[in-house]
Order: sequence, then C-alpha cells, then structure tokens
Amino acid sequence: MIKSAIVLGVLLTGVAYTVWLERKVVGHMQNRWGPTRVGPFGLLQPAADGIKFLFKEDLTPPHVYKPLFLAAPLIAVIFALTSIAVIPFGNWITIGGYDIPLQITDVNIGLLMILGITSIGVYGVALAGWSSNNKYSLLGGLRASAQMVSYEISLGLSLVGVLIMSGSFSLRAIVDAQGGHFWGFIPHWNIIPQFVGFFCYLMAAYAETNRIPFDLPEAETELVAGYHTEYSAMKFAMFFMAEYANMITVACLATLLFLGGWHGPITSISFLQPIMPVFWFVAKIFAFLFLYIWVRGTLPRFRYDQLMAFGWKFLLPLALVNLIGTAIAVAW
Amino acid sequence: MSIHLILFLAFGAVAVAGAVNLLVQRHPINSALSLIAVMAALAGEYLLLGAEFVAAVQVIVYAGAIMVLFVFVIMLLNAGVEEETKGSRVAILFGIPGMLLGSLLIAWVVLRHSGTAAVAVGVLPGQTSGWGDPGAVGELLFHEFLLPFEITSILILIAIMGAVVLASKPPSTPAKRVND
Amino acid sequence: MVPLSYYLVLSGILFACGVTGFLIKRNIITIFMSIELMLNGVNLSFVAFAAQWHVLAGQIFVFFVMVVAAAESAVGLAIIIAVYRTRETLNIDRVNLLKL
Repeated sequence: MIKSAIVLGVLLTGVAYTVWLERKVVGHMQNRWGPTRVGPFGLLQPAADGIKFLFKEDLTPPHVYKPLFLAAPLIAVIFALTSIAVIPFGNWITIGGYDIPLQITDVNIGLLMILGITSIGVYGVALAGWSSNNKYSLLGGLRASAQMVSYEISLGLSLVGVLIMSGSFSLRAIVDAQGGHFWGFIPHWNIIPQFVGFFCYLMAAYAETNRIPFDLPEAETELVAGYHTEYSAMKFAMFFMAEYANMITVACLATLLFLGGWHGPITSISFLQPIMPVFWFVAKIFAFLFLYIWVRGTLPRFRYDQLMAFGWKFLLPLALVNLIGTAIAVAW
Repeated sequence: MSIHLILFLAFGAVAVAGAVNLLVQRHPINSALSLIAVMAALAGEYLLLGAEFVAAVQVIVYAGAIMVLFVFVIMLLNAGVEEETKGSRVAILFGIPGMLLGSLLIAWVVLRHSGTAAVAVGVLPGQTSGWGDPGAVGELLFHEFLLPFEITSILILIAIMGAVVLASKPPSTPAKRVND
Repeated sequence: MVPLSYYLVLSGILFACGVTGFLIKRNIITIFMSIELMLNGVNLSFVAFAAQWHVLAGQIFVFFVMVVAAAESAVGLAIIIAVYRTRETLNIDRVNLLKL
C-alpha cells in the first residue's frame, strides 16, 4: 500500500518534471531559454502550471455527449498510471529487516499486462474525439485510434524477440537475464543482439504515445488540437498527464527490456550498493526521455498516409524478420 | 464465504450488469461500452480460474482490438438512437419472456444435477503456476494443435482480404467524354 | 471455492442475454455485439471446464473462438459498412428486401 502511494507520487512528480525537461530542452534546441522565471532555472514551472490548470474555467460545451466527455480523460489517465504497477525499479532492498522488492507486484505475465493496458488506452482518445461532437475532434480521434492500433502490433512483435531470449513474461526475470557481461566488459544488455528490435520498439513507441514524428492526431497546425479541442482546464491537464505518463512507461519498458534495467555497465562502489540500481534505472530512463525530446525538437511530422504506410509496410515486416532471425539464432 | 466466491460474485455481477445494459441501452455506443465492461469482468473471471494467459489475451485481443473496431464503425457511420418498429415491439413481447423461461429452465437443470457440493474450481492448493502459464499453453498450441493454428491464420488472412475488399469504395465510373 | 455450476450458470446468463439482444434489437451493430456476447459466454464455460478437468485444451479452444470472432467481426463490420453505403440505414427492419 505504502509502496503504491510512494510510486504514484514519484510518477506524478516525474510527469510534471518531464514537461519541464521538454520545455527546457526544446527551448535550447531552438536557441532560446525555455522557462526561467518561476524559481531557479524555471524549476517551479510545473507547480505554476498545476495551479493554473486548477483555477482555469472548466468549460463543458453544450453540444457534447456528456457521460463520455467526462469519462474519456479519466480513462486515459487511469490506464496510463496503472501500468507502472508491474515495473520493477531495482533489486531487493532491505529496510529494517524486511526484504522489499522494488516493484508493486510481480505477476508472471507482466509484459502482457502492459500491452493490454496500452490497448485499452486507445479508448480514452477515441471516445474523447467522438463525444466532443466536433468534426476536428472526430477526425483527430479516429486518426489517433487507427494509428495506435496499427502500431500496437509492431510494438508487440518487437518485444517477442526479447521474450525469446529471456524465456519469461515476468519483467523481473527479463532484467535478471541481462546481468553479466560479454567478454568481460560489454554489458549483456538486450540491445546488442536485438538492435533491430530496439529500432522497431522505438518507432512503435513514438507512434503509440502520439509524439513527433507521429503526432498528427494532436497537430496544432492541422486539426486545431485534434481530439482534445473541446477540453479545458483539469480535463485537458488529465490528457496531458496521460501522454507524459505513457512516455515514462514506455521509457521504463525500454530500459527494462533493452537497456538492462538496473544493471550498471561498470561495477560500482560497494558502499552505495543498495541505491545504485535505482540510480542506473533513473539514469537510463532520463537518457531515453532525452532521446524522445531530442527527436521532437528535430523532425517534422509525418503525413497520415505516410504514417500508416510506414507502420504496416515497413515496420511490421521488419519486426517479423527480427522475430524469425532471433528464433533461428536461439534454436541453434 | 471465501475470497474466491466473493470475487466471483463481484465479477459476475459486473458481467451480468453489462450484458443487461447492452440490451437496455438505445444508443449503440453505450452498448459497446457495456460490452467492454463485460469482457473486462470476464478477464477477471479467467484470472480466478487460473487461466492468466487467456485473461491477458482476452483484454488485448477482444477488449483492446475487436471492440475498438466496433467503436470505430459506430463513430464512422454516426449510428444514432434506435427507432422502434412493429417488428421490434413484437420481438420484445415474445422474445424476453421466452428467453427468461429458457434460461431459467437451463439454470434449474444445471444446478439441480450439479449441486453445490460439486468439484470446486480454482488453483489447486499444492501448485503455484505452470498450468495457465504462457509456456504451457504455447507448448500445447504448437505441438498438438498446430494444424488448427495454421488453418486459423489462413482464416484471418482471408478475413482481412475480404474486409478490405468489402469496405473499399466502389470504383467510380469514368466521366463521359464530351464529344462522343 | 466456487463450484463449477456457478460458472456454468453465469455463462448461461451471458449467452441468454446475447440471444435476447439478437432477437429484440434492431440496429445491425448492436446485433453483432450480441453475437460477441454469446461467444464470450461460451468462452467462459470452456475455461471453467478446462479448470475443472485440469486439461489445457479448453484454453486452446478459447483462442480459436477468439480468432474466429475476430475474423467474423472484421468481415461483418465491412459488410455493415457496405450495406450502409447503399441503403443509408442501420435498421435491420428496413433491410428486408433485395430491391433497394
């Protein structure tokens, strides 16, 4: 119970500061400062944004379909925050004589559960677009759900290569299979044999979280604001939180499955041993999020037909080839 | 009153409520959402029966893909509230009592012949996992049931092709030339 | 622990609701959803029996039922879209003549 509360608190703070990180990094890439006024280096900006969202007028337009209009952001944010429950942050730690695993619950189908939650998260977007009773929102919602459903397949297939190498769906077991080193100094992370799988996963993850270069559903210049056009204040903040929480979940999954989880690349100082795994884990997530934000600041967005063609005609066959190659390599 | 029974009744109540709501609602999107609730409750029931892989696949495939397709089509075709016609009134008049009678009959027969002292269902006490495990299910699927598996994959291929052909717009006739 | 007959009664209730929906509803999409409800009820009884006799084949059958349901929904919804394009209605009482 306490673990859930702590993890949820850390996750929500992480979401808020990911927003800050994005604004700073994109700002510096565009040769400007980003938020600097609120607190040192703009670090209190998320707090200011939170207060703004709470006090803004929460407008419900009269032409919307009310039950789904109110339920859609809740669905989006609840399922985005739930998938953190099976993600292990580090090894076991001992506090006051109790061995506590740094994970809320370790089910032996952990990876499938995350895929299932991602599948249900599509409803938040689709229902938001439909219930707003507005042609821009409907188009944005339909495009977003079609995109998310198409890239889910490539996401799942890119993970099967990792599964073949690890032999279990439980996330802790997959990370444990990545301990140790090849030839003494190259870490045994899954990214090295599975670099094609990592590439597929990266592309599919960008599409699943509706980020540039795949963010046509919420493109500011094309569709007003896509599926969250009619939402204001707290409900919009919930969609926002859901998007960044999804980003963090995807980054966590990438570190667990491809980058070795909490294993550091070098042997660490022994008296810091209990917290080193968590430190490595957070460092890798930070690197992955930086990659996400870097790509956002750099690339233009895909057109919708290019997006769907990329997903079905390139990424899916590539993931299948990766699967077949991994299966053949493991069978020998 | 074990925890298994309480959970079974909770999930079962959600499933039955969703099923009845599907019948009662007049807008198809509400029916679709109650069907999703039924599927989620059934996934919980499968977990109670120890079939964890089936529960995960139920959520991913049924609730996460097939129902998304349904919601898509409802959104695309802008389906509205149902209208009542003569046929529907007759069907409600005869259908609902008929079904209630039939299902009560079946339920009575099943309960009478099984009795509550029947074999209990659930994870056996001396066993942790390995039964509803993905590994065990996969072995069975790819060894004994390989032929049905391949046939169903061909079936899906045919279904995809059929759906694409049926849902595509018909080819438009070329415009007539002016000086014919 | 829960006796087997409780699972069968729940499965029967879901199946009965599915048949009722199939009979009384007039919107084609809702009729389709009642078919999915029937399939779900049957899946539950498959898994319950598999758990009782401790045979995994019941769960494999559930996969096949799901695959067939997926294929049938895809083709059925495509047919519904085609019907809607020609007849402009989703009410099954209005689609009762071959002539448009």
